[in-house]
Amino acid sequence: MRIGVNNDVCSGCRVCEVICSLRQFKENNPKKAAIRVKGHFPAPGKYEIKFCDQCGECFNSCPVGAIKEENGHYRIEPDECTGCLVCVETCPKGVVFTHPDLTAPFKCTLCGDCLRYCPTNALYDLDGEVAKR
Amino acid sequence: MSKLYGYGGTILRIDLTTGEIRKEPTPEKLCREYLGGRGFVAKLEWDEVAPGTDPLSPGNKVIMAPGPLSGVLLPGSGKCEFGAKSPQTGGYGDSNVGGHLAPEVKYAGYDAVIIGGAAAKPTVIVIDDDKVTLVDGSKYWGKGCIEAEAMIKKDFGEDFQVATIGPAGENLVKYAIISHDFGRQAGRTGVGTVLGSKKVKAIAVRGTKSIPLAQPDKVYEKAKQMFDRCFSLPGFKEWTPYGTAGVTDWVNEVGSFPTKNFWTGYFEDYKKINGPSLRERILVTDKACFNCPIPCGKYSKTKTSKGEVYVEGPEYETIGMMGGNLLLGSIEEIAYVNYVADELGIDTISGGGVLAFAMECFEKGVITEREAGRKLLFGDLDSACYLLEKIAKREGIGDVLADGVRAAAAKLGKGSEKYAIHVKGLEISAYEPRYAPAMMLAYMTADVGAHHNRAWAITYDVQVGRDTLEGKAKRVIELQHIRPLFDTLGLCRLQWVEIGFELSHYAELFPLVTGINYMWDDLLNISERIWNLTRAYSIREIEGFGRDHDYPPPRFYEEKVPTGPAKGKGLTMDDLNRLLDDYYALRGWDSKGIPTGRKLRELGLDYVAEALGR
Repeated sequence: MRIGVNNDVCSGCRVCEVICSLRQFKENNPKKAAIRVKGHFPAPGKYEIKFCDQCGECFNSCPVGAIKEENGHYRIEPDECTGCLVCVETCPKGVVFTHPDLTAPFKCTLCGDCLRYCPTNALYDLDGEVAKR
Repeated sequence: MSKLYGYGGTILRIDLTTGEIRKEPTPEKLCREYLGGRGFVAKLEWDEVAPGTDPLSPGNKVIMAPGPLSGVLLPGSGKCEFGAKSPQTGGYGDSNVGGHLAPEVKYAGYDAVIIGGAAAKPTVIVIDDDKVTLVDGSKYWGKGCIEAEAMIKKDFGEDFQVATIGPAGENLVKYAIISHDFGRQAGRTGVGTVLGSKKVKAIAVRGTKSIPLAQPDKVYEKAKQMFDRCFSLPGFKEWTPYGTAGVTDWVNEVGSFPTKNFWTGYFEDYKKINGPSLRERILVTDKACFNCPIPCGKYSKTKTSKGEVYVEGPEYETIGMMGGNLLLGSIEEIAYVNYVADELGIDTISGGGVLAFAMECFEKGVITEREAGRKLLFGDLDSACYLLEKIAKREGIGDVLADGVRAAAAKLGKGSEKYAIHVKGLEISAYEPRYAPAMMLAYMTADVGAHHNRAWAITYDVQVGRDTLEGKAKRVIELQHIRPLFDTLGLCRLQWVEIGFELSHYAELFPLVTGINYMWDDLLNISERIWNLTRAYSIREIEGFGRDHDYPPPRFYEEKVPTGPAKGKGLTMDDLNRLLDDYYALRGWDSKGIPTGRKLRELGLDYVAEALGR
């Protein structure tokens, strides 16, 4: 599974954000989501989804090896993280996030909930393992 | 005290006169008895706005309240209630807005924001989690709603959710809106006017907190099931492309489309202003409110002789009230008027009613070309835009019209009351009800004045037969409890109304979020409590309030529908009285429309019974 994005059909509903936080942290809080939707209004009236494509730059940049590679995605191990935030600065898409409650940054773990519950297929599985609706 | 799940946990009070900002824990009793959203608004208006308060005085309060389910993962959890004593009706006022405001208020930790007093100069209320500040808003004063929102997001941060008023609110036009998310509005009952009277240009909110859930794992599973169910319903794919505009054809086909100031119920050009016209000719993107799987928001770009603009909409209500009702037969022109009204901060429903009133007054010679400053013609985009500008600035004829059709007719005289289409001072929304008795009764008895959202009963008329009055009161009452319950929980009703998503889902989710073991009937009982409280509020505030205030304008019982599918149909005064008699009896109200002491006590409204001497 790999996340594909079609910004043209995103309606800005942010289901992806909330389901992400509930899945990853068991908390209902879009500020703890590893995916974000940004609106460009009043002009040109478009949405843009900020998402992680698992490029691995964070993994390469982590000075203490706290970011692990498993099954096609990169995961931050909070217990090993020193909170230096180099990964946040390095991420080319700005999708390694922080939150005042958390000492370690967090990122997408490729669980697929966002694309499974995207109402418009703006998020979808590039590999086609999860069928579009 | 036990922990409140589903709630932010704090009520925020702002006194604009003194600049004092206070926080207090959200009382558990208030949550259990009034739930949130509209329930909080109704209870707080009753408790905190002193009897007899002038709606535009510092004593009135604007209350902003999300609900216990706002911001939680479920379909349509983005609705925020605004309330204040209404400058339009003098009675209970509230209005609801979608977008992303309600969730953000919850994430900042608040279940209600109570704004009282009045600031000395233009102010922006900035709520950034626990930090609340009153900031000088002079640079935004005079700007359009959407222009000001863009400026404030640029100045304070794109991640703020912002509500604004426009020039109409600043100048105390009585049907001024609160605008949010570049084109969604709390449009009705003049909540924006009251904010304007307090010199509040905008409210900006940002929150980083989690909403506490009683059973997070079960909420996650139930929410997924709810989305899956929405995806599986036929309406998911059929309804979404056109949103509310999709109903335009049907309303014309049943002869209930407001046309030429509600002269008739059928507009010949309706195919040029319907859902497909919107989608094919002007749509830019679908635009959803928070967590909505069926976005009715249609963001558009329209080009007319007056220029090219972006606008969210038009929604069905605007198509009815500024299309058919003004005889504008082009989706581009309706979208343009929509844009002008949105930027100025004028409700398109009341605004459409006022413009149509002015045009009919001009046609009948009540308003002359000299008084108006130009011709006021149905079907003319220039006339419509001219009037909106004059109203927003309260210039010339606009000053008279800015008070709404009831007040304008009282001032203009010359028989113009016949063209003032309102109930209780609130202009009627976009269903012509002469051949829809349940819809007529819904308008007559809606607590805020003539508004469709309390009971969209026209579908029931069509379903069971439109020539009968039997059973109509019962259905209107059922709807008046179900629909406002969504405003109380902080949710959108359209998943249920438009695609048939079952109500049982909400009943199942509510205890998982809140830990309060209410069944659906418990929630409906609370909704009935709130309905009686809002009725009582208007009885307390308006001299002689009761049955006489529940009649529609004379056009609706003196004139038959002249054209279209409902041609020749109409209701008599006897019909209206039968509907009201049925309705009052079923509600446990007396023949004057006043709740009995027994009914009030049965609903736990003993304090209301005492206040009304019942």
